[in-house]
This record gives sequence, C-alpha cells and structure tokens, in this order.
Amino acid sequence: MPVVIDHRPGKQITPPAARQRRDPAPSRLKYRLERMWLTPLYRRVLRVGLPAFAIAMIAGLWLSDEDRRAALSDNVTSVVTKVQSRDEFQVRIMTIEGATPVVDRALRAMLPVDLPASSFDIDLAALRLQVLQLDAVESIDLRIKPGGILSAVVKEREPAILWRHARGIDMLDAGGHRVASLTSREVRSDLPLITGEGADLATTEAMALFDAAGPILPRVRGLVRRGERRWDLVLDHGQRILLPETGAVIALEAAIAMDRAEDMLGRDIDIVDLRDPTRPVLRLGIDARNTIRTARGLPLLGPDGSVLPDQDTTEG
Amino acid sequence: MADLYQTQRAMRNIRRAALQRGVIGILDIGTSKIACLVLRIDGTGTFRETDGVGPMAGQVNFRVIGAASTRSRGMRRGEIETMAETERAIRTVVAAAQKVAGVRVDHVIACLSGGRPSSYGLAGEIVLESGKVGEHDVASVLAACDAPDFGRGREVLHAQPVNFAVDNRSNLADPRDHLGNKLFCDMHVLTVDGDSIGNLVQCIRRCDLELAGIASAPYASARASLVEDEQELGAACVDFGGGGTGVSIFVKKHMIFSDHVPIGGNLITQDIAQGLRVSLPMAERLKTLNGGVEATGRDDRDMIEVGGETGDWEADRRQVSRADVIGVMRPRVEEMLEHVREVLDAAGFDWMPSQQIVLTGGGSQIPGLDGLATRILGPNVRCGRPLRIDGLAHQLTDPSFSSAVGLALFAAHPQDEWWDFEMPADRYPARSLRRAYRWFKNNW
Repeated sequence: MPVVIDHRPGKQITPPAARQRRDPAPSRLKYRLERMWLTPLYRRVLRVGLPAFAIAMIAGLWLSDEDRRAALSDNVTSVVTKVQSRDEFQVRIMTIEGATPVVDRALRAMLPVDLPASSFDIDLAALRLQVLQLDAVESIDLRIKPGGILSAVVKEREPAILWRHARGIDMLDAGGHRVASLTSREVRSDLPLITGEGADLATTEAMALFDAAGPILPRVRGLVRRGERRWDLVLDHGQRILLPETGAVIALEAAIAMDRAEDMLGRDIDIVDLRDPTRPVLRLGIDARNTIRTARGLPLLGPDGSVLPDQDTTEG
Repeated sequence: MADLYQTQRAMRNIRRAALQRGVIGILDIGTSKIACLVLRIDGTGTFRETDGVGPMAGQVNFRVIGAASTRSRGMRRGEIETMAETERAIRTVVAAAQKVAGVRVDHVIACLSGGRPSSYGLAGEIVLESGKVGEHDVASVLAACDAPDFGRGREVLHAQPVNFAVDNRSNLADPRDHLGNKLFCDMHVLTVDGDSIGNLVQCIRRCDLELAGIASAPYASARASLVEDEQELGAACVDFGGGGTGVSIFVKKHMIFSDHVPIGGNLITQDIAQGLRVSLPMAERLKTLNGGVEATGRDDRDMIEVGGETGDWEADRRQVSRADVIGVMRPRVEEMLEHVREVLDAAGFDWMPSQQIVLTGGGSQIPGLDGLATRILGPNVRCGRPLRIDGLAHQLTDPSFSSAVGLALFAAHPQDEWWDFEMPADRYPARSLRRAYRWFKNNW
C-alpha cells in the first residue's frame, strides 16, 4: 500500500483482476489433433514425407527454368576450376630419372599439357600407359611430388642382341622385345647377331647358346633361325654347326668338346650336323675331299661340288 | 440375459483386439481423482524381472509406459453427475498419459465405483447326460442358474463362476472331464445401475475411445491389494475412496461379495469445512496434512493456521488445534467403519475361514486408521498398497491407485466370466447356422 493514496479520477489503483483459471482440459479439437499426431502413419507422413516433398517441390520448381540450371552448372564448374587451379595443385617442373636423352625428349613431348598446369589435368594412369608404348621404356614410375614436381623414374630396356631381318637390323633386349632399330651392324658390334624368321621369339635360347659358345666365340658370326624351330651356329670360313630343335646347348657343348679334343673346327669341315644328337655328321670341305679323291685316283671336285673333267685327259 | 451376453462378448472381443495390438489404456474414474495408465502388453512375457517386480501374480507380461492422474470433475459418489465436465477430465488425463507414453490409446478399460452395486449368489444344476462334464455342459450349467429379478434398469457387471461341484465333489475350479451324474455351480453376479454405466460409456465414447471392458472398482482394488494367500483363504478389501467406500470379499481367488457404502473422504472434508468454518480447499489440506483419528495430548498444543480471504482480521487469523481436526474427523470415520461392519455382517464375513481385512484407497492413508479399524472391524487389519507393476512411477504406487493397478491386472489376466464360455446351443436363435454348427460340435 502506498503511503499517500491518490483519489483523483483515473489515478486510483485498480485491484488486479482475479486471474482467470484456465481450464486444464484440452479442447476437443486439440485432443483430436494430439491423438492424430500420435498415429504412426500421420506422424511419418508429417515428419518425413511432407518435408521431403516440399524440398523436392522447391528444387524442382527452381530448376525448371533453363537459365537457372545453366547458371547453377556454371557456378559449379567455376568453383571446381577455381579449386583446381589453386597454387597448391600446380605442377611446374617435370623431372625424369634414368632416361637417355632420346627417351627424355620423347617423354616431354608426350605430356599432354604445357607446364605449369593443374595436377587435376594430368591423367597419370593414361600418361603411363602411353609412355609404355615406347619400345625403349621397360617401366615407368610417374608421381606428383609436393612442390609441384611431376617426377618420372624410367627404366629403359637394355639391348642384348641384334636381329637382322628383311626390313633391317633391330636391337632386342634379353626378353626379345624390340628396343630400337639400327642402320648398320657396326654401330653395335659388341652385341651378338641373330637372323631368320622368328628369331626374336627365341632370344633366351640364343643368349644361352652364345654363352655356351665361349671358347669359339671369336669365330662365331651369328645364329640363324631355321624354319622357326632350330638354330644354326655360323662360324667364319663358312663353317656351320646345325643344332637340334631341343637340347641345342648340350649339343653345342658336345661340339665344343669335340673341337677341343681333336681340333675339329680347325680342319677342313664345312658343316657339323648335330640335328640327331646320337649321330653327329660332318661334311668335309672341298679340299679335303679332293685330297682323298686324289689318293683314291678319282676325278677331283670343283668348288661347287660337281666332278671336274679329268685334268690329265684335258691336258692330254 | 442374451443381449447382455452379446454386449459383453463384443467388449471381450475388443479387449482381445487391443491385447493383440499391444496397447491398452486403463481409466480409473474416481470421485476425487481420475487416473490413466497406458499399458504395453507383451504376450510372450519377455519383459524382464526388474527390481522387486517379480512374476508372482502374473504381472510380467505388461508394462506401464505412460501414467497420469488429475483431479476428477463432475463426479459425485462414484457416479457421473456432469457429463461434459467428466469428459473434459477424461480428455485431460488421457492426453497427458498419451503424451508420456508416446503412443495413441484407442481402447480403454474403465472401472465404476458407484452405481449402487448389489451382489447375488446364484446356484445352478444340470443332469449330465453323457456321464461326463464336457465343454458345453459348463456353459449349460451357467445358463441354468436361476437368476432372480434384478430390478428395472440393472445391468450385470460381473458374473463369475465361483465354484463347481460334480455330484458330491465340491470346490472344483475346473470341472471339465469329471465323471458324474450332476453338475452344480455357484455364480457370483454383481449388478449395477444401468444408467450410470450408460453415462460412463457415453463419456468415454465422446472422447473417441473404445471401451474394452468394465470392472467394478472394489473388485479391481482387491485384485491389486490382496496378496495371493489372502485371495485364496478369504479376505475383505475395503477401498476408502472420495465418494464412497467399496467393500469386496474374496475367497478361493474369486469375489463372492461386493457392496458400496456411500460415505467417503469428501464427506470428511465437508465435515471439517463445516465444523471448523474453513473453505473446502483448506479443509482438504487440513485433512491430508494434519488429519488423524487418534488424538494425543500433544495434538492440543499443535496449532494450525487456517487463513482466509474474508477480509475480517479475526476470522483470517484463526488457529485450530490438531485435536480439533481429529475431533471432527473421528466420528465420521467411525461411522464409515460402522457401515462397513454392517456390510460385512450382512455378507456373513464372520463365517469366513480367514477374516483378514485390508484397507486400501486414498482414505486408508489417514494416520491411525488401522488402529481404529481393528477395534470396529476385527483383529486382522492391515493397510494394503497395490501390487508393484513394471514401469509404474513411484508417486503412483500409493494406496489411492490400487484400483488402477487392479484394472491393469484385470486387463492382462481377466478371470473367467459367464460370457467367456460358449453359449449353449439352445440359446442361439432358431435356424441359426451357428446353432447347427454348435450342435454338431457337441454331439459328434
């Protein structure tokens, strides 16, 4: 109660109206709505179905306009390019290890984009497959290192053998894969030579034969593939060793043993035929045969193997 | 009684459907408070035993998932007086319980405390033609009970077969397949005023709920507060409610008598308001906080402020002693107990094998009531609290909720009623297909 009571009109303190007690009972409508809300189907429809429908509806309406769709895709692509062209993703340098200058140049030419470029634009897997098309490259390890470096570690094929065929001379590696072509034999005179159709498919055996030919290697001119099944070892002075289809190395070793024991190859022998390993056959040279024929009193043979007319009768 | 049979069967089918759906509501509409429990019924009984709530009385296969209680409105003496008010109260409590449970309640089981119940013991006998008790013989003997004239507008609330006897073998719970010549049965029938049931049904229907069963409140509170031995050996349950006091007598796990004394806690409140000239809310407060029935010397000095809003200083600053409150309450409580005594005498409670009396309901919380009841009712008196059921909040476990808990037990495990048995074939309307079916089933 204030000490002084103001009795002027409009200034009297009206006693606060007695608070209306609200009926705690829910109205029938509210009660029914609550019960409906507690029904599982309504609940699911209202809580999941309706928002999902509204979102789909709004999105559909917004996207139904062609310009908006174009603007949206433009925005998306611009954001993507903005992120991709950030400085952190730029590749500036390409380092190549273990490659000869020729391969190095070829690799750099193969890179589809000009550096600096975004690392998103370089498809390393495709680039690797493309590089592996090069015959000189055996394997390549491509990766983008931090600091914007595209690093390529190249392992090149080692030329192990030369193959002379109808179209020229190719260098092959130990597995028979082509490495490069040569214009002449003299460029790589350190490498052994093989010829013949299908010789590149049997390089392993050829290498083994060259290894086995150790003591006579200085005399070896090369290997000739015969009928795509067996080898002929060609020595200088027109000598040949015909090797069998299987067990060629053993046969060659047997021939070398014969050479050691009896200096077989130093004699006048044209062909050592080892095609049947149980029965080696030698073909003598023309001089040796003439010596024998002279001793026997037979007419001599010409260089082509045909019997010459008797000299005595021609002279006489 | 055929139409009663049909309505009760329909109600039972609704209850079965509710149990199948797994959610059922319990609505205890009392004069002073109205309580609603939402039960989740689990038929396989996978709810585990939680602290103190064991599978003793078969209360394991349901669990309370929502409970609410509120002040009752529009009720007087256990009957509906103002339908709209009661409907609002039901809406309030059902909405609150649903909110707690998070599920919608469609089927409710309600109880009726007033309605002038009167119980009858009926007896029937039939001759067994096949010399053996079959399924249909049980139904026939129940139908053969000679029903007295219940009076106009009376409805049967419970009709429970209490006892069966075959020839001279009595006390049979299940007489099926017994051999004999005659089958006797005793049935307890409880009738109430039909209009009060109609009002209750109408109120519940206006709340969009379906009624799946009605039980009498004294029966329900006895189911909850009598332990199994007491139900078996014989006991009386006295339910002190707001508008009246319900009495039910159990023996052999069946209710054999029930009555209602129309003096309740509200009358005590009214006495205090008149005797001490205080407002009704103040009187209710005095009764619940300071009430009692035994005055001691200390109570004379225990002065209680009874404030008022009259504006008269003298009247607003009055004080009453606790002895005054007790002095007003005690005669009324004694009168209530006297009436209960009369009811028990009328029922022949003195000849029961065991004379245990259990006090329950909100009024049984008056301090010293059991001492006073011992003097008036008999030596074996205890205050009973309802059985513990799974999931019920602690504040809802006091004696005033025993009828709600009992209704929950009633919902989960109803006792056999007359209408649970198949109607005998000759009671079906003639030329009914079901009658023919029934005849074939019984005779082949």
